Amino acid sequence: MVAITTELRRQLSVKRSSDRAGLVFRSLLVFSLLIAFAILVAVLLTAVTRAWPILSERPLDFLTSKSSQDPSRAGVWQGIQGSVMLAAITAGVAFPIGIGAAIYLEEYAGDTRFARFTEVVVRNLAGVPSIVYGLLGLAIFVGNLGGLTGGRSVIAGGLTLACLVLPIVIITTQEALRAVPGELAQAGYGIGATQWEVIRSVVLPAAAPGILTGTVLSIARAAGEAAPILVVGALTGVFQTGTMSFLEQMQGFFTALPMQIFAFTKQPSEIWGAHAAGASVAILLVVIALNSVAIYVRARLDRNLRK
Amino acid sequence: MTSTKPEIDSMVGFEDARSVVTQAAGQEPAAAAPATDRAPVFEARDVSVYYSDFRAVTNVDLTINDNEITAFIGPSGCGKSTMLRTFNRMNDLIEGARMVGSLTYHGIDLYSDDVDPVAVRRRIGMVFQKPNPFPKSIYDNIAFGPRLAGTDENMDDIVERSLRGAGLWEEVKDRLKTSALGLSGGQQQRLCIARATAVNPDVLLMDEPCSALDPIATGRIEELMLEMKKDYTIVIVTHNMQQAARVSDRTAFFTAELDPNTDQRTGLLVEYDLTTTIFSQPADERTENYITGRFG
Repeated sequence: MVAITTELRRQLSVKRSSDRAGLVFRSLLVFSLLIAFAILVAVLLTAVTRAWPILSERPLDFLTSKSSQDPSRAGVWQGIQGSVMLAAITAGVAFPIGIGAAIYLEEYAGDTRFARFTEVVVRNLAGVPSIVYGLLGLAIFVGNLGGLTGGRSVIAGGLTLACLVLPIVIITTQEALRAVPGELAQAGYGIGATQWEVIRSVVLPAAAPGILTGTVLSIARAAGEAAPILVVGALTGVFQTGTMSFLEQMQGFFTALPMQIFAFTKQPSEIWGAHAAGASVAILLVVIALNSVAIYVRARLDRNLRK
Repeated sequence: MTSTKPEIDSMVGFEDARSVVTQAAGQEPAAAAPATDRAPVFEARDVSVYYSDFRAVTNVDLTINDNEITAFIGPSGCGKSTMLRTFNRMNDLIEGARMVGSLTYHGIDLYSDDVDPVAVRRRIGMVFQKPNPFPKSIYDNIAFGPRLAGTDENMDDIVERSLRGAGLWEEVKDRLKTSALGLSGGQQQRLCIARATAVNPDVLLMDEPCSALDPIATGRIEELMLEMKKDYTIVIVTHNMQQAARVSDRTAFFTAELDPNTDQRTGLLVEYDLTTTIFSQPADERTENYITGRFG
């Protein structure tokens, strides 16, 4: 009896080797997470420490001042303005077109050769380097449509960035639509809803949080792009916006935060390094603000749907 | 079976389904009706359903009667769910699915070109295997159908009537504006029944409505079905033979057999009779083997 108990205890207490493998795997996972986290911290620390000379002396003044030859007066206000306008134009153009295209592909197109072809094209477009979109923007929005956009303007830049994020908006929207359980659509049809009613009242509301997160992240991504707007012609030097009307501003010279960072780092004098880092902090703030809006709206939508 | 134009027009609009039922019942020829005083709602003649080249159901002849509960039983893959989904044209939503044969609803050819599947589904509601409430409030779930269809009736009244009809009113009346996803599985399924009845359908199709529920919730749904057959014709697919025996008036036993022509398995209707007959003296040996648990 005692012998049996001892044997049973031994069997029950043995650690299986697979458990050890699980532990190793888990450590690797935590390690990967730590690396991602460390990169984030390093980015923030570098930006903030290098920008410290400016952030400690005139944080608000730096954000609200216009560009200047004088390092002690130069600020990034025009860059912030430009980046926000670019993001607004990009969102205004890419969201409706991208979401519309995705709804068509997922809900209406069916499994036709055309739909499969479009799908492949969209996925490939998502992988095209951003500078290529810059060349497209230069040819079409600055060149062919220059009369409408005003040439090297914030409109041309915004449209270029809209082309850049369009495939990403389409893909993320498609994925959000696919994630809606088929049973929900079935329930809608079962009550006698038409296809459009099912899409409008069942599928889209259920997919909205996912669509929103994906699309806003794509805008945050576009706001940080330097290459395409550099090609399209964002300014890197000092310029005056003065007392231009809204339309003149939209069609006139523009700059954006990534361009300003680029411009600051090109300056020979060491003193501008702090400006580049300061502008980086500003762009991080813009992106974080955009993401926060997305997270907030998503949380609200989720609450409305679940509670 | 000829159908007159006014009847088809009335299928497109939204009004109380039962008014049309009464009209149609009067004109029904009695020839195809079984030995019963009830009027036939569905008459399937030589119905086969294909998914592309695959023949899921072969040559089904079946009459579903007014205000009765008809149960479809049989092993997996016997085509009973497919057959159920032909009644409200849900199979139309599956690419490549098509029906051959004749299927009438109150004498009207359900698959005629001028019948709108959307109008059909407003009269023939469906409850699914897994409770599938919308991620909206309890109130909005019920109001969904009537809002789409458009109605003069007060929405609060529709919601209350539908929830009472599904035996859910007392449990949820104080939280109509909260999410339907907060309900238990059994409550969710009764909500789905209430949602299906909110548009005043004439028939309820139930595709294994209790297979995701515990025995107590199942019991409540079964009680509900027995109450509801006063107002609705119910067709239920079930894996649970006891359930078929407890609730149904008639039972259809389906099975899957190899079709020698195509070398593929296809669903067949083996026997269709009063439930008491099917479970006490089935005419076919295959039915007997199934209900005594020898296969399936």
